[in-house]
Amino acid sequence: MRLALAGVSHHRAPLAVRERVAVDLEAAARLSRSLATSDGPAHEAVVLSTCNRTELYVAGDEGVVDHADRALLDLAGPGATELAPAAYRLADESAALHLFRVAAGLDSMVPGEGEILGQVRDAFEAGSPGPLLGRTFRMALRAGRRARVETAIGESPASIPAAAAALAEQVFEGLVGRSVVLVGAGRMSDLTARNLRSRGAAISVVANRTLEHAERLAVSFDARPVTVDDLAGALGAADIVVSSTSAPGFVLGGEAVTSVLRGRRGRPLLIVDLAVPRDVDPSLGAIDGCFVYDVDALEGVVSATLEGRRTEALHAERIVSEEAARFHAWRASLAVVPAIASLRAHAEEIRAAELARVQGRLPEGDRDVVDTLTAQIVNKLLHLPTVRLKEAAISADGLLYADVVRHLFGLSEEDEA
Amino acid sequence: MAELLVWPTVIAYGEAALVYAGELRGHRRYSTLGIWGVRIGWLAQTMLLVAQARSADGFPWGTRAGALNLLSWLLVTGYLVWGCSPRYRLVGLAVMPVAAALVVLAWVGGGTALSSHGDGWALAIHAALMLAGLASFTVAAAMAALYVFEERRLKRRDVAVLRLRLPSLEALDRLAARATLVGLSLLTAGIAVGLGWLDIGGVDAAMTVAVLIWVVYALALAVRWEAGVRGRRFARLLIAGLALVVVVLPLTHFAA
Repeated sequence: MRLALAGVSHHRAPLAVRERVAVDLEAAARLSRSLATSDGPAHEAVVLSTCNRTELYVAGDEGVVDHADRALLDLAGPGATELAPAAYRLADESAALHLFRVAAGLDSMVPGEGEILGQVRDAFEAGSPGPLLGRTFRMALRAGRRARVETAIGESPASIPAAAAALAEQVFEGLVGRSVVLVGAGRMSDLTARNLRSRGAAISVVANRTLEHAERLAVSFDARPVTVDDLAGALGAADIVVSSTSAPGFVLGGEAVTSVLRGRRGRPLLIVDLAVPRDVDPSLGAIDGCFVYDVDALEGVVSATLEGRRTEALHAERIVSEEAARFHAWRASLAVVPAIASLRAHAEEIRAAELARVQGRLPEGDRDVVDTLTAQIVNKLLHLPTVRLKEAAISADGLLYADVVRHLFGLSEEDEA
Repeated sequence: MAELLVWPTVIAYGEAALVYAGELRGHRRYSTLGIWGVRIGWLAQTMLLVAQARSADGFPWGTRAGALNLLSWLLVTGYLVWGCSPRYRLVGLAVMPVAAALVVLAWVGGGTALSSHGDGWALAIHAALMLAGLASFTVAAAMAALYVFEERRLKRRDVAVLRLRLPSLEALDRLAARATLVGLSLLTAGIAVGLGWLDIGGVDAAMTVAVLIWVVYALALAVRWEAGVRGRRFARLLIAGLALVVVVLPLTHFAA
């Protein structure tokens, strides 16, 4: 049985091409079923479709690689001509290695991004896998889990909002119930606020130039609206401030704000300044317990963590290689499994026949003992040949060894069927 | 026998300290070796303490070497409780070099062939409580040192602050305070045992210093609770407190 992969991904296909073959999980499940049950060489299928890739994994008889390729082009419909040059096709162990790298996040736009492992799992559960694809996907999920547990590839934030939230977690022991003050509106501050909220923080105050603007923004966060002029009063109880206004000068600074921050007596306050020009007077960072991060500082943190991810990716590649070697060993062992099964069946047949011949002459109480004893002898005799056959399969001599076993014991390939 | 166990202990603790230092520079590949260094070193040191106790017919706590050895063991034992959690593993960065240095100092200060004072259980309990208290203060100072280090990284907006994650500032501050409270309780109990059951024969320098240390740490906790002194200022108090212990205690307890 062969394994085939046909797909497009962000490496070679722009979004306009990828979206032609993008399918949701339900459609992916339908497509998997149809591929696995249609007349043709395919017996198993799993469709993985995310915003960065659509890949068809198919297992079946000879010709399954072309079958997967055609299925991908059919999925693109009229856009097939644009898709064809960007599409890739892989077979057998190359296809498995690719899936392992995908699951480990090594093929992602941001190395080590955390969502892909869940998406691979969902695709597997929704698909129509059989023995080959089932094993391949389980090993891929294992490779992905190992990459996350044994390396730090997924630990570092890869965006400014995620970096701001991670910095907050370096200051505070958990973000549940932390009070966030949002100053101004902007896409980045909105994303940062939502990131903080997803970790348990509460957006308690929204400040804007006018109260009307503040009220409008506050509704979506269930927060208290204030004007920027009243901001100083809100800082006393805040834990995190996220600021992003288009004001030409400092919104947070001056004597009033400094006095409020000094009054906190070292209680930590993280100020995230996402505005250009800056909203926050950098000298506030000198106050005890006050940490000020502007866009440059946050970008520096993200760049450093991305660099770290690339270093960790090398370790993750090693894990993927180990899993690929295990996959190779498993696939190779399949070649000798019929010979092993046949040899064991042959031995069991002889044992059963000999046992039946002497059974009548044995006392009642000894029959079970002799049965167990002969079974153990057969198992012990066959253990080492079985292990050696599997080892030989990994080193590419498996078929030769299998033929020798068949010849020595008079087994035929028909028996194996 | 005991002599043979000193160097495995030092090497294992030193290896752990080196691995943690390497981790600080971004080399995480060998981080598992760090915690194994701590475990193996702790086992070797435990065997060392048992061997010493057997040869001296009672633990030789009354000497500088014995006391430092026990202090180091208590320190590492305390760390092992936290060290198993990945988030707190790097506390070992502050603890393991100190532990290794204490074992070396113990060896330099008297080797391992020591004899017990044979002053009975009351003194043994007193010494064990005092040493456990000092070990807690050392752990508190280690947390405080990490707090100062981490706060500085955040203040300076170090770009690598998320590549090597230490416990949060709040967690370090809370744990330092908790370790101080535990240490103060042990020290209080140790002093009480000393006053209640030992034949002291008057106030001496050792007793004065023990009470002084108690007062310093009690004041540190009092200003934390009453005056809200937390964070960096509290961390500095704890580091200064341990510096006082390190400088004064050997002079009064082991000068002879």
